[in-house]
Amino acid sequence: MDTVVWLIVALPLAGFLALLFFGRRLGEPVAGYVGSATVGLSFVLALVAALEFLGGGEDVHARTVELFEWIPSLGLSASFLWDPLSAMMTLVVTGVGTLIHVYSVGYMHGDPRFGRFFTYLNLFITSMLILVLGANFGILFVGWELVGLSSYLLISFWFEKPTAAAAGKKAFIVNRIGDFGFLIALMLIFAAFGSLDFAYVFENASATLSTGTATAIALLLLVGAAGKSAQLPLHVWLPDAMEGPTPVSALIHAATMVTAGVYMVARAGALFTLSPTAGAVVTTVGAATALFAATIAIGQRDIKRVLAYSTISQLGYMFMGVGAFAFVGGVFHLVTHAFFKALLFLGAGSVIHAIGGEQDMAKMGGLRKKVPVTFATMVVAWIAISGIPPFSGFWSKDEILASVFNRGGGYLLLWAVGIVTAGLTAFYMSRMMFLTFWGEPRWDAGVAPHESPRSMTIPLIALAGLATVGGLINTPWRPTLEHFLEPAFELVEQAHLPAGGTQIVLAIVSIAAGVIGILVAYQRYVVRDTALEEGGRWDTLLEGYHVDDFYGRTLVAPGKAAADALAFTADAKVVDGAVDGLGAVVGHIGRLLTKLQTGLVRNYGLGILAGAVAVILWLLVAGGAL
Amino acid sequence: MPLLAQAAGSGITVEPHWYMALAAVLFAIGAAGLLLRRNALVMFMSIELMLNAVNLTFVAVDAGIGSLEGQISVLFVMVVAAAEVTVGLAIIVAVFRKRATASMDELSGLKG
Repeated sequence: MDTVVWLIVALPLAGFLALLFFGRRLGEPVAGYVGSATVGLSFVLALVAALEFLGGGEDVHARTVELFEWIPSLGLSASFLWDPLSAMMTLVVTGVGTLIHVYSVGYMHGDPRFGRFFTYLNLFITSMLILVLGANFGILFVGWELVGLSSYLLISFWFEKPTAAAAGKKAFIVNRIGDFGFLIALMLIFAAFGSLDFAYVFENASATLSTGTATAIALLLLVGAAGKSAQLPLHVWLPDAMEGPTPVSALIHAATMVTAGVYMVARAGALFTLSPTAGAVVTTVGAATALFAATIAIGQRDIKRVLAYSTISQLGYMFMGVGAFAFVGGVFHLVTHAFFKALLFLGAGSVIHAIGGEQDMAKMGGLRKKVPVTFATMVVAWIAISGIPPFSGFWSKDEILASVFNRGGGYLLLWAVGIVTAGLTAFYMSRMMFLTFWGEPRWDAGVAPHESPRSMTIPLIALAGLATVGGLINTPWRPTLEHFLEPAFELVEQAHLPAGGTQIVLAIVSIAAGVIGILVAYQRYVVRDTALEEGGRWDTLLEGYHVDDFYGRTLVAPGKAAADALAFTADAKVVDGAVDGLGAVVGHIGRLLTKLQTGLVRNYGLGILAGAVAVILWLLVAGGAL
Repeated sequence: MPLLAQAAGSGITVEPHWYMALAAVLFAIGAAGLLLRRNALVMFMSIELMLNAVNLTFVAVDAGIGSLEGQISVLFVMVVAAAEVTVGLAIIVAVFRKRATASMDELSGLKG
């Protein structure tokens, strides 16, 4: 079994190396097959390895696979942890990853860097698996940084476009801010425990940490998680990341990488539960992000940017869940969200593909009949994210909201925010669907929409199936996922769900919010056939409340000014001045000394003679003769 | 002082410091010639004069203290001087052919 665990990582890695060296020669479509096959095999292996936990064998809860000693002086080893939580994440990453690999074979058709694309995708899968399988914070951090790198490479995959290159840089830099907090948290953990090993740290957490230290560590971890998972105030990179190819948006910027923050908080649950303050902060950040991003999503024109803000908003829900210590709820929403959001992105990609690369919803409309498979599958995702039972989004979102509600006190306010956001979510998703698929066709003349090839529609159908039934893995009366994950959270005091009656009332409220959102959107965009809004407050929403401008003025501009000052004043004048000045002084002295070189042999002779006389005089004086 | 020559019948003994004085005078003449004259050949002769002044001190002192090292040094100086003369004269001839002058003051091409 240990071999299987490291093979899960080794297979995509082997695929990455093979594609790195032979990707161009393999070309299209073989490179895509190699990438898909390695990730697919890895998924099968993960499935086999996960059966061990499902079999009900109570003796095996976690398995640590040590590969080699990494930094002996820190007691760090390169080891993987195979427990229900990491198994869950591995299945999502490799499962959704396989579908998106297959989809990409069709989507990237004809791209001149076809092989390179799959090289990067495999690098991403490898990195993400290292992240979720790491058995200590060190390995987790390695994966954390590697996914950042692959995200950067894939966002700026079409680097000929200046906007794509800039978006890649932006994502990388904003993530660095989060990573900085994460690194400090790791140092604090090491200072407190003398170890970064999950098992050791979590077992001794309550005995070792004071509430203050726990709060500090948890909040710094939150900074890291907020960077990776695009939470306020570090959310700005995710909408721009849509410059990357659509499968990348689906895999990395919706389904997997951005959920790394949620995974990390859930994994470090033993640290977060020690500090109610940190939990409250995480929940508040999540709720604020959910509401904030949902309102922005309403005003977007670009179909992918709607989904990007929607992703930020849904990640906010997951943070609400893990912040309220409903770790299973948070991870559950992570899983269902991976299904329906990947589906939405791939569907959007299929739509974009169908009308020749156009992403502006102003130029869509009436596509229902033209791309029937895409339409049908996207309807499933739309209902799932709107929180209508029995589709998957309802179960997970409701579990989170119910857990938040059950905490009482100030959490009731956050619950209300969550309900409002649920309504807004249903509204903006419906707006996107109605503007894209209903109404009169608005696409450019000469565009003939066509359904995507089978390599793209099959993943859509598979994801639609998962988005439909995915929620049933954890219903209130059959909490399979909760039992599955139980061993991973046995050290943690988890939040509880309210009593059955309350749960039903809460569910009705949240379903009502979703239905109202859909009906309002139907009234506005189908019955009254409102066109895409423009101007005034809509522009504020379109620009995401001008957060980018604000950061530009308060952070980027001073940063650039400081860099300019350093480059053109401190470096050019002071540093270069010192070096140039020294050179000039030496030159001047040299020029003065050349006067000695008269070219007359007599002068040199006189010099030698004078020197000899001086030496003799000195010898005489020193010898006491004079 | 058996090795030092005595002026036969004159009753004048040649003292060692006389040699030293002679050498000093020769050396001074050589140095003055080197510094004051411009003709390369004359400067060359001045150098020879200085070398031989040194040789004279070597043998004089050697004789005084009964050592051989100085005399050996003299042989070396002679050999080196002979070689130096050969090379030097060749250079002077080559320069003269090219510049039609033997004045050292006109050869100031390396002036800074």
